[in-house]
Amino acid sequence: MTAPSDTLTDPRDELPEHLPALRAFAMSLTRNSASADDLVQDTIVKAWSNIGKFQAGTNLRAWLFTILRNTFYSDQRKRKRELPDPDGIHAASLCEKPAHDGRLAMNDFLQAFDQLSPEHREVLVLVGASGFAYEEAAQMMGVAVGTVKSRANRARARLAELLQLEDGEDLLVEADKAALGVLGQSGIAAA
Amino acid sequence: MYKDMADDTSKASIREQINENLKRVYEDTLKEEVPDRFKILLAQLKEKEGGK
Repeated sequence: MTAPSDTLTDPRDELPEHLPALRAFAMSLTRNSASADDLVQDTIVKAWSNIGKFQAGTNLRAWLFTILRNTFYSDQRKRKRELPDPDGIHAASLCEKPAHDGRLAMNDFLQAFDQLSPEHREVLVLVGASGFAYEEAAQMMGVAVGTVKSRANRARARLAELLQLEDGEDLLVEADKAALGVLGQSGIAAA
Repeated sequence: MYKDMADDTSKASIREQINENLKRVYEDTLKEEVPDRFKILLAQLKEKEGGK
């Protein structure tokens, strides 16, 4: 029989419930579903063999995310230059809602998102979508909380720039119906 | 005009929409069914563990 020391709970039993989140995070870093799943696989294998380093009672998901991102960046350094992803077109296959209400079209958003650096995508997803606190994101990224905040701000600004949303533009203010006539840009969606 | 106010509203709105879209992208993957390869992988890891 195995390991009597942790008969109570083996955190490894909880791995399956973190798989969807790991895949979502991997997807936002790689923007390619095949690479994302390879990355998740490597993460699981590493987590499995290093489970002794996981501190019971701490956030398992955060620990797994840390392994995943570290693996991603070290792979990236190893590969140095890789061909751009044909699957980047992933964007086009996702459901798209027409921007008839002046909201961002998903396709436009994904195209801009794909152009961000992985570091920018990472910070945006960690603080904007994954439900982690700034402090947790900082820990995972191995930087100060202030760095997470400023990086997130730069990433948002870059994204807005790519989406051609300038600060102060009324483009997105729904209430401002009067501005709709001036949009010009969103006319494309209707055409 | 109320330019300052509009600036703030617009900034907040951009931020909100960016977050909204990020969540959608993230949740789209979250909702996908986890491929079998991961169940197989975990089973293999478990088996290896038991075998040693």
